[in-house]
Amino acid sequence: MLKKQKLLKTQQQQRNKNNPFEVLSEELVFTILDFLEGDPLAKKSFSLVCKSFYFVEAKHRRALTPLRTDHLPAILNRYSSVANLDLTLCPRVSDNSLALVAGACRNTLRRVDLSRSKFFGGNGLLSLGVNCCNLVELDLSNATELRDGAVAAVARARNLEKLWLARCKLVTDMGIGCIAVGCRKLRLICLKWCVGVGDLGVELVAIKCKELRTLDLSYLPITEKCLSSIFKLQHLEDLVLEGCYGIDDDSLDDDVFKQGCKTLKKLDISGCQNISHVGLSKLTSISGSIEQLILADGSPVTHALADGLKELSLLQSIILDGCLVTSSGLRAIGNLCISLRELSLSKCMGVTDEALSFLVLKHRDLRKLDITCCRKITDVAIASIANSCINLTSLRMESCILVPREAFVLIGQKCHYLEELDLTDNEIDDEGLKSISRCSRLSSLKVGICLNITDRGLAYVGMCCSKLKELDLYRSTGITDLGISAVCRGCPDLEMINTAYCTSITDSSLFSLSKCSNLKTLEIRGCLLVTSIGLAAIAMNCKQLNRLDIKKCYNIDDSGMIPLAHFSQNLRQINLSYSSVTDVGLLSLASISCLQSFTMLHLQGLVPGGLAAALLACGGLIKVKLHLSLRSQLPEALIRHVEARGCVFEWRDKVFQAELDPKCWKLQLEDLMQ
Amino acid sequence: MDPKGRPCDSNWARSSSLTSPGNGLQTNLSSNPPSFYGAKIEAPFKQFNQTSGEFNKDTKIPDQESFPLSDSSQTIKLQDWDPSVMLNNLSFMEEKIHQLQDLVHLIVNKRCQPFGLPDQLVTQEQQLITADLTSIIVQLISTAGSLLPSVRHTLTNTNTTPLIGGQLGQLRGSTAPFGSGPGSGIQTQNNSGSKLFDHSTQNDVPKNCEVEQKYHMEEHETKDEDDVEEGENLPPGSYEILQLEKEEILAPHTHFCTICGKGFKRDANLRMHMRGHGDEYKTPEALAKPHKEPGSEPKLIKRYSCPYTGCKRNKDHKKFQPLKTILCVKNHYKRTHCDKSYICSRCNTKRFSVMADLKTHEKHCGKDKWLCSCGTTFSRKDKLFGHIALFQGHTPAIPLDDTKGGPSGAPDLDIRENNSMDFCFGSNSSSENGVQNIMDVKVNIDDPINYFSPLNFEGCNFGGFNDFSQPPFEDSEGSFSFLMSGSFNYAPKSTGESNSENL
Repeated sequence: MLKKQKLLKTQQQQRNKNNPFEVLSEELVFTILDFLEGDPLAKKSFSLVCKSFYFVEAKHRRALTPLRTDHLPAILNRYSSVANLDLTLCPRVSDNSLALVAGACRNTLRRVDLSRSKFFGGNGLLSLGVNCCNLVELDLSNATELRDGAVAAVARARNLEKLWLARCKLVTDMGIGCIAVGCRKLRLICLKWCVGVGDLGVELVAIKCKELRTLDLSYLPITEKCLSSIFKLQHLEDLVLEGCYGIDDDSLDDDVFKQGCKTLKKLDISGCQNISHVGLSKLTSISGSIEQLILADGSPVTHALADGLKELSLLQSIILDGCLVTSSGLRAIGNLCISLRELSLSKCMGVTDEALSFLVLKHRDLRKLDITCCRKITDVAIASIANSCINLTSLRMESCILVPREAFVLIGQKCHYLEELDLTDNEIDDEGLKSISRCSRLSSLKVGICLNITDRGLAYVGMCCSKLKELDLYRSTGITDLGISAVCRGCPDLEMINTAYCTSITDSSLFSLSKCSNLKTLEIRGCLLVTSIGLAAIAMNCKQLNRLDIKKCYNIDDSGMIPLAHFSQNLRQINLSYSSVTDVGLLSLASISCLQSFTMLHLQGLVPGGLAAALLACGGLIKVKLHLSLRSQLPEALIRHVEARGCVFEWRDKVFQAELDPKCWKLQLEDLMQ
Repeated sequence: MDPKGRPCDSNWARSSSLTSPGNGLQTNLSSNPPSFYGAKIEAPFKQFNQTSGEFNKDTKIPDQESFPLSDSSQTIKLQDWDPSVMLNNLSFMEEKIHQLQDLVHLIVNKRCQPFGLPDQLVTQEQQLITADLTSIIVQLISTAGSLLPSVRHTLTNTNTTPLIGGQLGQLRGSTAPFGSGPGSGIQTQNNSGSKLFDHSTQNDVPKNCEVEQKYHMEEHETKDEDDVEEGENLPPGSYEILQLEKEEILAPHTHFCTICGKGFKRDANLRMHMRGHGDEYKTPEALAKPHKEPGSEPKLIKRYSCPYTGCKRNKDHKKFQPLKTILCVKNHYKRTHCDKSYICSRCNTKRFSVMADLKTHEKHCGKDKWLCSCGTTFSRKDKLFGHIALFQGHTPAIPLDDTKGGPSGAPDLDIRENNSMDFCFGSNSSSENGVQNIMDVKVNIDDPINYFSPLNFEGCNFGGFNDFSQPPFEDSEGSFSFLMSGSFNYAPKSTGESNSENL
C-alpha cells in the first residue's frame, strides 16, 4: 500500500517536471485565456489538451450560452464561476431550470438573458431573485406571457441594475410598482411595448429608483402626469419616449419641469406626433446637455423647430428620419452654433440640393450622414458633401436616384475615412467603385441593385479594402465568380455576403468564399447555378456559419445538407424554400443542435412524415415557416408538442413564384414605387 | 291666556334665548306657548306642569349644564332587562292610552260646538290639543319602543324615558335647560307610573355618571373625530356655545307634526306633511321657511359643544374645539360616543355608528381591489400608488391569479383569500428553504410527459413553499398578521398543483 503511494508520488513529480504548464500559476493561464476571448474554437481545443487545462478553462469561463436546458446541470457543474448566462438559444426554459441555475451560480451570476425564451414563470424568477444576490442584469424581453406576479418575483433581486421588459404586454402598473420598490438600484429599465403600464407605474419607478440612467418608455400609454417625476431624476441620461402619443404640447407645461434635467444626454421623441416645435423647445430649454436628439417620424422640420435647438450647445447628433423637411428648416439647422457629428435625413421628404449643401457646408465635422431615399438630391449635394465632410465614416444614400454615376467618383476621392457605405439602388459604376476602393477602412459596403457594376469594379474593392466584413451584392447582376474571388482573396475578414439573384454565380464563387473562415452569413438566394458541391465546401471550411439562405437554389439537394449537418454546428437559421432538398436532407440537418429557424416553402420533395420526424428531431427550434397546406397533413398532437417545446409555427399561403429576369424585376419595382 | 303670567315662564324664556333663532325647532315654540298647557287641558298637562315644576326644583343645582347626562341609573337598570321596569312601562302606556282617548273625546266635543268662539281662539285651541296629542303619542311610541330588546341594545347608554324627555324638549323647541334637567323624563314616568325612584337617588346619579364618562373619555380622545376643520381659530367668547343633550342628539327625528305626531328629520318635510292636515297649512306663509325673529339679540356666531364631559368637543375641555353645526354635533356624538351598531352586510367586519357612513362604505365594500403589502386596501389605483410612493418598503400586492403567470388563467378568487395567499411566509424562511430545495432539485426538467399538458408547465415548484402556502384562509385576522409583518412575499401557486409536482 505504502509502496503504491510512493510510486504515485514519484510519478506525479515526474509528470510535473515534464509538463511546463504545471509551473504556471492559475492567474497566468487565465491571462493567456483572456486572449482567446472571442474565439470559441480555440478555447475548446485548449480545454481538450489535458485535464488540468480542462479544469482551468472551466474555471475561467464567465459567459455561457447553452443550447438546451437539458444539459444545464452538467454544464453548471463544470463551469462554476459563470457570471453571464445567455439562455436565448434555449427555447424552453422552465422554472426548474432557472431554479437550478439559481442554486448552482448563487454568488457569481451577474447577468441572465431570457429575451427569447419561454415557459418560465414567477417561480423560476423568484428563485433567481432570491438566491442570486449579485444579479445585476436581467433581460426578460418578449416574455409576453409574464404577469405581474412573476415581475413581482423579479423585484426580489435587490441589486438589479439593468432590466429589460420589452413586450411584456401583460405586466401592469402593479408589477412595475413592485419592481420600483424592490429594485432601488436600477440604472436602466426598458418598458418598451409594456402596454399595460401607465402613468402610475412609470411615476413610481421614477420616484423610487433614483439611480436611473436610461429609461425606455416607448409606446407606453403615458401622459404628462409622469413626466415631472421623470425630470426630477438626478442622473437620467437617456430618455426614450418613442411613440408616446399621450404626450402633447399642451401637457408640457413649464411647471412640469421646474427642475430641469441637466444630465440628459439622449432624448428620443420619435413618433410623438403630438409634440410640435412648441413642445420640443420647452423640452430642450430645460435639458441643455442633450447630445443626441431623435425626432424621427415627428412633426415637420421647420425653421421654428430648428430654432428650438439653439439652446443645446452640446448637441452632436440629430435623427430626423421620416420627417417632412423644409429648406428653411435645414438651413436653420445649418446655422446652429454647434458642430454636428451625426445627421440622419433618411426618408425625409423635401430635402433639396441647395438646403443640404448649405447644411453640410456649416457642419464640416459630420461623421455619419444618412440621406437614404432623398430622391430630390443630385450630384450638387453629393459634391458639397464630399468637399465639406471629408471626415465622414458612414454614408448611407440608398435610392438617391437622381445622383449620376460621376458623383460617386467624387465620394471616393474626398472621403477616405469611410467605414460604412450604403449605395444600394444607385447609378454607381466600376469607375465609382474604383474610386471608393481608396477608402481602405471600409468594413461595410452595400452595392445591391447597382446594375452598372461589374467584376472589374469589385476587383478594385477586393484589392484595397482588406477590412471589409460586410458586402451586399443583392441583384447586382453584373457580378460573376471573378469578382467574388477577387473579394475573397483581398478580404479575409468577410463575415457577411449577399449575392442573392446574382445569377452568374457558380460553385467556384462558393469555393473562393470557403476561404473566408469568419463567414457567418451567406445569402445565395436565387443563384441558380450553385450546387451542393459548392455548399459542401462552404460547410467544411466556414465553421462559424450561422445564417444560410439557399432559397431558389434549385440545384442544391440532400447531398449538400449532409456536409452542412456534419460541419456547420453553429448554423441557426436556414431558408430552404424552392430548393431540391427532401426530408432526408432535412432530417440530417436535425443533428445541428443550435438550429433555431427553418423556412421551407414549396419544397417539392418534402413529405409530411419526414417533416414530422425532422421537427421532432430538432429540439431547439424557435420558428418554423411552412406552407399552409402542410398544416392539415401534420398530426395535431405533433404540432402541439413542438409548440410546447417553444417553437412558433408560421403558416404561409404564398403561391409558387417563378423567377423573373433582373431587368424585368427592376422595372416592376419602379412601377410599384410610382 | 297671557303667557307671561305663568310660573314656568322664565324658564321657557331662557330656553328660547339659548336656542338659535334660526333653529327650525323654534317654530314649534312660537306656535305653542307652553304656558297654555296648564290652563286648558286637564290630565296630561297637569303632569307636564308637575314636570316642569320639579324641573324648576332641580335647577337649584348650581350649574346644571355641567351634568350632561342624568339617566345612567336607569340605564343600568334597563340594561339588565328588568321585567319590573317593563311592567312599569306597560302600565305607563296603559295610562297614556287612556289619556289619548280622553283627548280624542275632547276633540270630538270641540267639533260639535265650535261656533261660539272667535276664529282665532278656535285655531289656538286646536293647536293646543294636537300638540298634546303629539306629546302623548310620542311618549307611547318611545315607551313601546323600549320594550323591544333590540332597540335597547342599540341605544345602550340612552334610556327610553330620557328619550321621551329629549323628544319632548325638541318638540317644544327648547334646548339645554329643559332637556338637561336631571330626570325630567324620568319624572314624567314617575308621575304617571309607579314611583320607582326617589329624588335622593337621582341626585346621586350625575356624579357616578361623570366618573364613568371621564373614564370613557380617555380612550375616545385620541380618535380623530371631526367633521369640522381643526384649523378654525375663533377666539373664545367670540361665539355662542350651544350644547344639545344626548337625547336630543340621538333622537331619530327633530321635527314633529303637532297634529299627528309624526316625526321628521327636516323642517321642510314637516311643512310638506302639514299640508295634509288642512287648508290653513297650505298658505304661502305656513309653507314658507320660518324666518328669524326680527327682534332677537344681535347675531353671534354659533358653535356647538358636545355634551360628553371630557371630550375635546366639550366646552369644558381645556383645548375645546367647537363643532360648527348641529349635524356635526350629531355625527360627532354618534361616531365618538356611541356604539357602532351598523355592521356592513358585505364584509361583516366594518362597523359604523352613523348610517350614512355605513352606506358610503357599502358602496365601495369589496371593491377595494388595490392592495398594498401593508394590508391597506384602496378603491383607487392612484391612491395605492400615492401610498406606496410615500412609504418606504411598501409594495403593491399582486392578486393570486396574477402570480400564477402561466398560460392558463386562474379562476377569480375572493380578494381576502388573495391577501392571505400573497403573504404566506416570511422572507428569510423563503430564501433559505428555497435554496435548500433548489440544491435538491434533480434533473427531471423537460420531462416529455409535460409537453402535452401545458397546464403543468408552471407546476414545478421550488419546495419550501409547500410548508407555507397553506395559510389559514378562513381566519382573516391571522392572514392580516402576516400582512403587518411587512415583507412582501410572493406566493407561487395554489397548493393543489404544487403538491403534484413536488420534487
